[in-house]
Amino acid sequence: MNVKHQKDSKHLTIALAGNANVGKSMIFNQLTGSNQIIGNWPGKTVERAEGSLHFEGYDITVIDLPGIYSFSTFSLEEVVSKEYIAFEKPDVVVNVIDASLLERNLYFTIQLMEMDTPLVLCLNQTDVAEKKGITIDTHRLEATLGVPVVATVATRGKGIRELVKTAVQIGQRKRELKQIPIKYGEEVETRINRLAELMESERVESPYPARWVAIRLLEDDTDTKELVGSQSEHVTDAAQALTKELETIHKEPSFVVVSSERYSLAARTASDAQKQGIVRTSFSDTLDSITTHRILGYFISAGAIGGLMLWTFIIGDFLSRLLSDVLSLLEPARPRVTGPILSILWNGVFGGFIAGVTLVIPFVLPFYFMLAMIEDSGFLTRVAFMMDNAMHKIGLHGKAIIPFILGYGCNVPAIYSSRIMETKRERLLAAFVITLAPCSARTVVILGLVAAFVGIQWALALYLIDILLIFALGRIAFKVVPGRSTGLIMEMHSFRVPSLSVVAKQTWTRTRSLVYVVIPIYVLGSALVQALYAVGLLEPLNDVLSPITVWWLALPAVTGILLIFGIVRKELTILMLAAIYGTTNFALFLTPVQMITLALVTMLYIPCLATIAVLGREFSWKAASAMTLAEISFAIFAGGIASRLLSFVF
Amino acid sequence: MISSNVEEYLEALYNLTRNGKVATTTEISERLKIAPASATQMLKKLADGGYVRYSPYRGTTLTEKGLRIAEKMTRKHRLLERFLHDILKIGESMVHKQACEMEHSLSDQAEVALCQFLKHPHRCPDDHMIIPPCDLPFSSCKECLERYADGVDRVERRGENLTSIGDLREHDVGKVAFIRGDRRVLQRLLDMGLTPGTSISVVKVAPLKGPIEVAVRGSKLALGRDIACTVFVETAKSGARGE
Repeated sequence: MNVKHQKDSKHLTIALAGNANVGKSMIFNQLTGSNQIIGNWPGKTVERAEGSLHFEGYDITVIDLPGIYSFSTFSLEEVVSKEYIAFEKPDVVVNVIDASLLERNLYFTIQLMEMDTPLVLCLNQTDVAEKKGITIDTHRLEATLGVPVVATVATRGKGIRELVKTAVQIGQRKRELKQIPIKYGEEVETRINRLAELMESERVESPYPARWVAIRLLEDDTDTKELVGSQSEHVTDAAQALTKELETIHKEPSFVVVSSERYSLAARTASDAQKQGIVRTSFSDTLDSITTHRILGYFISAGAIGGLMLWTFIIGDFLSRLLSDVLSLLEPARPRVTGPILSILWNGVFGGFIAGVTLVIPFVLPFYFMLAMIEDSGFLTRVAFMMDNAMHKIGLHGKAIIPFILGYGCNVPAIYSSRIMETKRERLLAAFVITLAPCSARTVVILGLVAAFVGIQWALALYLIDILLIFALGRIAFKVVPGRSTGLIMEMHSFRVPSLSVVAKQTWTRTRSLVYVVIPIYVLGSALVQALYAVGLLEPLNDVLSPITVWWLALPAVTGILLIFGIVRKELTILMLAAIYGTTNFALFLTPVQMITLALVTMLYIPCLATIAVLGREFSWKAASAMTLAEISFAIFAGGIASRLLSFVF
Repeated sequence: MISSNVEEYLEALYNLTRNGKVATTTEISERLKIAPASATQMLKKLADGGYVRYSPYRGTTLTEKGLRIAEKMTRKHRLLERFLHDILKIGESMVHKQACEMEHSLSDQAEVALCQFLKHPHRCPDDHMIIPPCDLPFSSCKECLERYADGVDRVERRGENLTSIGDLREHDVGKVAFIRGDRRVLQRLLDMGLTPGTSISVVKVAPLKGPIEVAVRGSKLALGRDIACTVFVETAKSGARGE
């Protein structure tokens, strides 16, 4: 109201928290529009979305937290959400809830209330709920929980204004917080109180509210036990004893008791506030039965993935032609290897930049867009459902299909998205499999070399061989990599019409890592490597590598440095070939066998520099080098075998 | 005390009466390699003891009492097979016979210890048939490990018939009773709504031993086959245990 106030008191932070697929992103988009910054949580490889909005003189920062089902975190993303709420203490948390799944969603709401967070409930997707015959009495819900409830339909912008208004009121404490405390059964409550009192007398400090800590201790939570135990063993010993008492009473482990009671509370609250009308079989259910049908489902899944690949292939082919046209038009874009050093460096910088902008992005963007559409509509969960079994053979579960398909566009964002796997081991296995998927740059080589000069069927054969190799190598990696894998636990949310704004955001997030990671490496790497070649430092490597390249792989000696170039940018392999020989008609100096061998080796031998960098950062340099080494060895081995076998065919 | 002979019969009947089938005397005599007359005599004795329901023309089925013992024997047998195969690396041809002989002398205590040692396996090494759940009232194997030291015998035994979700078919319903497995997965399953006593129904079973989609608390959850095999539910139909 008073404009003369300092900026701080007119500023607040809103955090959006809730289960996955409740429409948080839509709400986030509605609130922040184009004022979004998407980055990474510091030190963690989880995406952070932050935005801003102005409302009635207030300066509001909005944070979109990753989906979370419980504070007993199962995945890395959930840890991020939990820590943000606990440590950053946003002014208000807007708990976004799917109105058609009230009971499940309220489970987390109760946990939020236990954490004493200033809360507003956003009851979203009320239109979907209505279609399912569910009507919710928001006033009743509000009365039961003591938390303000705002109904919204994010896709249509309904209720958004009121949501912000309520959030501001709570955030600024203009409205009294009258959260009604959740009470467990009496035997649990007395023990919670006992522990809370004990913690006070022992002066145990923690960033969380005492009651919450007491409950976590009774749930036998490892992190909490450590936190408290380091301050007072007296408390943890008492907690241990009380936990045992609960177990004897209920004949269940205490954490089961707590979770069960929490769900009972959620169920009671939900059934109290909602009315279930006639349930009609929705279109979503019909689609479900088709996409998971024992025969049809597989065809549909295969068709979707195949369609995506075909789309990739067609666009890729088109773009590779475009590239060769561009090569003949834009002189500077062609890698230069003669002339003054400075102009070579500039040529490298320019070439790398052009490659990123004209090749990778226009190719990857429509691919990721299509994929995001499939993801947001819910179709991808059905594909994961059908593919889970196959993925198991390589130690992964159905969800891994998403990062895997992403890898066909570019390995870099695909590896980032492997974080949806829950354990470290699975993330590593997923990343390994991703590096074997031929990204767009490798597609350029395969198409530009094999499809153009040997035949499209051979290019397709290479893709097929790649899939088979992924299974074979994946199995080996499965045996070798230590650790354990979890099975699939995945919510199958209903089908819905994908929202363009969410899809756009997802597409941009994935393409963005190309811009920030890949292009700089392209630019610097190309410049460096071209310059090194021009001063003659690379030529000797041809001789050093000739036992491998000439003798084993039956390729011309120059392949040695071509493969080195390929480490920086995969497509540089053929671009440099054209530059050195002065022509793009590769058939003049390469036999069909050699072209296929070269394409095969390029497809398998090493993830590009950008990928290695990401692998090193996401996992460890040890893991990155192990994978690199394994792939180089295997690629060389496979190339030699292929070369010998192919000479019988041609 | 129950003789080994009785246990053998009950175990054989358990295998023959899967899926609610009735066992004929011919089947039983073939399986146990004895004359049909001897089989008939034994079956009458078992019926008197309340272990089976015997009808001369229709065949034999297990009673509750008999089922419990049969399950226990089968469990011991399969646990032993796992032990002989995985740990002692006995050749496959010998495993079955050896387990058959050892199962009768394996005490209940040793059975629990074996289960824990083998890290609560689900299936047999050879025919991949599921190992029936033990009848201890713990909600999870972790609890068994922790509290076994306290003296298992003092705790009550459960009596229900349990099936794992992995063995259910589409449209089957059940109530969550017991979840095997590690703490992390268990907590996640609880958080997603699979608390003891919760009703679930099977929406879809993916082909080729793929995941199983269950409806729980109004939403749908896909569980990988392995995880589904660790969640045991009480079904309405007792005795009809599918494999």
